[in-house]
Amino acid sequence: MSVRVRVPTPLRKFTQGSDEVDVNGDTVLAMLEDLEQKHPGIKERIMDESGKVRRFVNVYVNGDDIRFLQNVDTALKDGDSISIVPAIAGGL
Amino acid sequence: MSFVQGLQCRECGRKYPTAPLHVCEDCFGPLEVMYDYDGIRRNVSREKIAERPRNLWRYRELLPIEDEPRVGLYSGFTPLIRARRLGEALGVDELYLKDDSVNHPTFSYKDRVVSVAISKAIEFGYETVSCASTGNLANSVSAHAASAGLNCYVFIPEGLEEGKIVGSAIYGPRTVAIKGTYDDVNRLCSEIGDKYQWAFVNVNLRPYYSEGAKTHAFEVAEQLGWKLPRHIVVGSAGGTILPKLGKGFKELRKVGLVDPDEPCSIYSAQAAGCSPIINALKRGTDVVDPVKPDTIATSIAIGNPADGYYVIQTLKETGGWGENVTDEEILDGIRLLASTEGIFTEPAGGTEVAVTKKLIEQGRIPRDESIVISITGNGYKTIETVAHIVDRPYSIDADLGNFDELYDGLTRATRPDAKAG
Repeated sequence: MSVRVRVPTPLRKFTQGSDEVDVNGDTVLAMLEDLEQKHPGIKERIMDESGKVRRFVNVYVNGDDIRFLQNVDTALKDGDSISIVPAIAGGL
Repeated sequence: MSFVQGLQCRECGRKYPTAPLHVCEDCFGPLEVMYDYDGIRRNVSREKIAERPRNLWRYRELLPIEDEPRVGLYSGFTPLIRARRLGEALGVDELYLKDDSVNHPTFSYKDRVVSVAISKAIEFGYETVSCASTGNLANSVSAHAASAGLNCYVFIPEGLEEGKIVGSAIYGPRTVAIKGTYDDVNRLCSEIGDKYQWAFVNVNLRPYYSEGAKTHAFEVAEQLGWKLPRHIVVGSAGGTILPKLGKGFKELRKVGLVDPDEPCSIYSAQAAGCSPIINALKRGTDVVDPVKPDTIATSIAIGNPADGYYVIQTLKETGGWGENVTDEEILDGIRLLASTEGIFTEPAGGTEVAVTKKLIEQGRIPRDESIVISITGNGYKTIETVAHIVDRPYSIDADLGNFDELYDGLTRATRPDAKAG
């Protein structure tokens, strides 16, 4: 599966400045592993040592938060669009 | 004179310069402003603050600006009201309301954070300011941008109350309504913020913006005669204000403006239709799972609270707690506040009142200690959510006889002999 990942500013130093990269993977986890293969160092910024997505990182598949799907086991299909987004304040 | 020493990641401690940055490059943790508290301690005093104008900048040593403030010269210093009638209704001895529903210029707590953020945006040299908002923030950013002569884009979820939409539009921003919830607005704004070089007050200026929330705590303490309330209840949406109240009280102790041993427990209020933080609190975890919001309290309808983790930390640290209430209880809260204290708040404020009532009834907040309820927004912006629960006007001709008849009917209903007749 080839999917497109939108890379937030703090991670672009791993992607030679690119704001979008194409990677492969049947699941979010597989996608993150391929991302790491192609851009070493990026995965540990997104996931902690225990393999969980970090507390202040949100991952979306076609606009849906993966915590509403199957988390890192969420299945991906060709052409899916992945966003990695830091948490944002707001409200009241 | 500024006492700011730069930014620091709350999670891993990595330091950054004072710049429009909000996320740690290493761990994605939020960045916080660092201050020279020893310097502040030597430079502030209750007397010095008392001499300054009654706005939020009277605490400027504890705020992250370098130059003179550029906006918000009338923001903050909202009334702290001794609420005797509401206190009686809730069966408590010492109740106060911190009434940000009359904050200047846009009638919500947001005028605090925006005053700081826009002043900082001007210092950084931005010409365009922006925000992701559930309504009140967009109102405040639009107004402050207009007064500072800045370009303004505001992003809101579709379906907000008319008062909140018009309450931004009148100041002339570009308003973009996103098909989706606030959480969708947030995600989009994070990506827009990455691409367009704007001052997004709650994205890239968040470390500075959120510092403005501390002034709510500073004022409560000053207005109580430089004492902390024993308990304070405030709503949680994204979770900015509650941890900042905790930080504000801590700073007052640290710089010697209040007694260092004074405790203050902080409580979180959420709507049952959107309570990711209260859910986590009750499960005994600090992992805040997102929810899909479904509540009339639109200004706190945030299913994925960025600072939810820190809200839970603050509740634990201060010995506080939290509760959620149904939409019906929220409406009752709005009506109770209006009928006892003559203050008309929006559903977020109704939530704050109703949750306080619940926490008192549960025995979580004792009846004989001082309590402050933060009223964070104004009911005149959300008329349509309460229009159906109020009496409609009696319609009569301009004729004295007609009024006599109406009055007779109205008073008979309340007379003891009315039922027999």
